[in-house]
Amino acid sequence: MSEFFRVAWHIVRKDMTVEIRSREILFTTLLFAVSVVLVFSFAIVREGRAPDDVAAGILWVAISFAGTLAMGRTFERERYNDTLRALMLAPADRPAVYTGKLLGLLLLLGLVEIVLVPLVGLLFSAPIFAYPIMLITLLATGTIGFAAVGTLFAAMLVRVRSRDTLLPVLLYPITIPVMIAGVRGTAALFQATPDEPMARFWIGLLIFWDAIFLTLALWTFEPVMTE
Amino acid sequence: MRKLTTPFIGLSAGMLLVAPWIINAAPYESTMGLVQKVFYFHFPSAILFLVASLICGVHSFRFLFMKRQSADAWALSAAELGLLFGALTLVTGPLWARKAWGVWWVWDPRLTSSLLLFLIFASYLMLRKYGGPGSERLAAGMALFGMLNVPFIYVSVNVWRTLHPQTSVVPTLPTDMGIPLWFCFAAFTMLFLALLTLRATLELQRARVEALYLAEDEA
Repeated sequence: MSEFFRVAWHIVRKDMTVEIRSREILFTTLLFAVSVVLVFSFAIVREGRAPDDVAAGILWVAISFAGTLAMGRTFERERYNDTLRALMLAPADRPAVYTGKLLGLLLLLGLVEIVLVPLVGLLFSAPIFAYPIMLITLLATGTIGFAAVGTLFAAMLVRVRSRDTLLPVLLYPITIPVMIAGVRGTAALFQATPDEPMARFWIGLLIFWDAIFLTLALWTFEPVMTE
Repeated sequence: MRKLTTPFIGLSAGMLLVAPWIINAAPYESTMGLVQKVFYFHFPSAILFLVASLICGVHSFRFLFMKRQSADAWALSAAELGLLFGALTLVTGPLWARKAWGVWWVWDPRLTSSLLLFLIFASYLMLRKYGGPGSERLAAGMALFGMLNVPFIYVSVNVWRTLHPQTSVVPTLPTDMGIPLWFCFAAFTMLFLALLTLRATLELQRARVEALYLAEDEA
C-alpha cells in the first residue's frame, strides 16, 4: 500500500514541478474561469443587479468548464512529449498512476477555486463565509467526483483523434449528477435563509457519487489504458 | 437466438399493426382522456430504453474485464437500440405531458435523467464513430459509467416527489387497460430482441470481414 502512495506521490511531484516551472495550465485555467464568470454575468445581470440564487450555478459552471480545460491540458502535455507511454511502461500499478494524476489535477483545481469562490462571492454578493466548513466540503466532494471521471476520460482520450471535442461531450452527461448535487447544495447555503439540512443531504449524495466514481475509475483505468 | 429473429419480426409487425385497434378499444382514463393512450407506447419504449443500457453495460463489462471480443458487438447493438428507444420515449413523453401537465417538459429527476441517459448513449456512439482505432475499449469504459444512471432513473420517481407517475402505477392498472399495455410491451420486446440480434450479428460479420482483409494484406 505504501508503494502505491509512493508512486502516486512521485507523479504528483513531477506534475507540480513541470507546472511550477511553466505555470501554463494554472494561469490559462484561472483566466478562463474568470472569463466564464464574466460571460455569465453579461447573460444574467439586468440593470446592474444579478437575480438571487445564481451565484451557485455560475460558480459550478465555471469550475466544470475550467476543470475540463485543465484535464485536457495535463494529458496533452504528456502526449506532446510522448511521456504517457513512459508512464504506462513504468513498473508501477496503473491505479497508482491514475491516483497521482487525479491528485495533481485536484491540487490545480483547488488553487483555481481559491480565487474563483471569493470572486463569485464578491461579484454576486454571495455569503461565502456564512458556513465555511460546509462550503469547503461541498466544493471538495464535488470537485473530486468531477475530476475522478475527468482524469479517466482525459487519459483514455489521449490516443483518440478528436479528443478536445470528445472530452466535454463524454464528461458532462456522466458528471451531471455531481453537478446537480453541487449546485443545489451550494445554493442552499447561499440563499437568503440558508438551509443547512438540505446542504448536508447534498453533501451526503456527493460522497456517495464520489465513492462510486472513484471505485469504478480505479477499476477501469487498467483495462482501458492497455493497448 | 438467430433462428427466432424472423418469426419475432413478423409477429411484432403483426401485433403493432393490430395495436391501434386494441388501444382504441381500451377505456378512456377518467382525468386525462384520449392523450393517456400514448402510455401504451411510452411505457414499453421507456423500459426497453433502460434494458438496452443494462445490456450495453453488462456486455461492456464482459468485453473489458473478461476479454470477450464478441461482447463488444452486443454492446454496440444495445447502444444503438437504446438511442432508438430513448428517442421514442423522449418524443412520446412530452406529447403526453403537454396535455396532462400543460407543459412539454419539466425539469424533474426522472425526465432529466432520461435525457441524460439518451445523451450518454449518443456520446458513446460518437466516441465509437469518431474515436478511431481502439475506441471500442474506451467506449466500453464509458458505458460502465452510463449504466450507473439506470437505477438512479428507476428509483428517482419514487424517492423524489415529482409530477411523473410512480412505478407502482403499472401493476395496479385495471385489466382492460392492462391488456393493451402488455400486448404492446410484448410486441416492442420482440422487436427489440430481433433488432438486437440482427445488429450484433451484422457487427460480428463486419469484424470478421475486416480481420480477413487485414490477414490478406499481411500475406
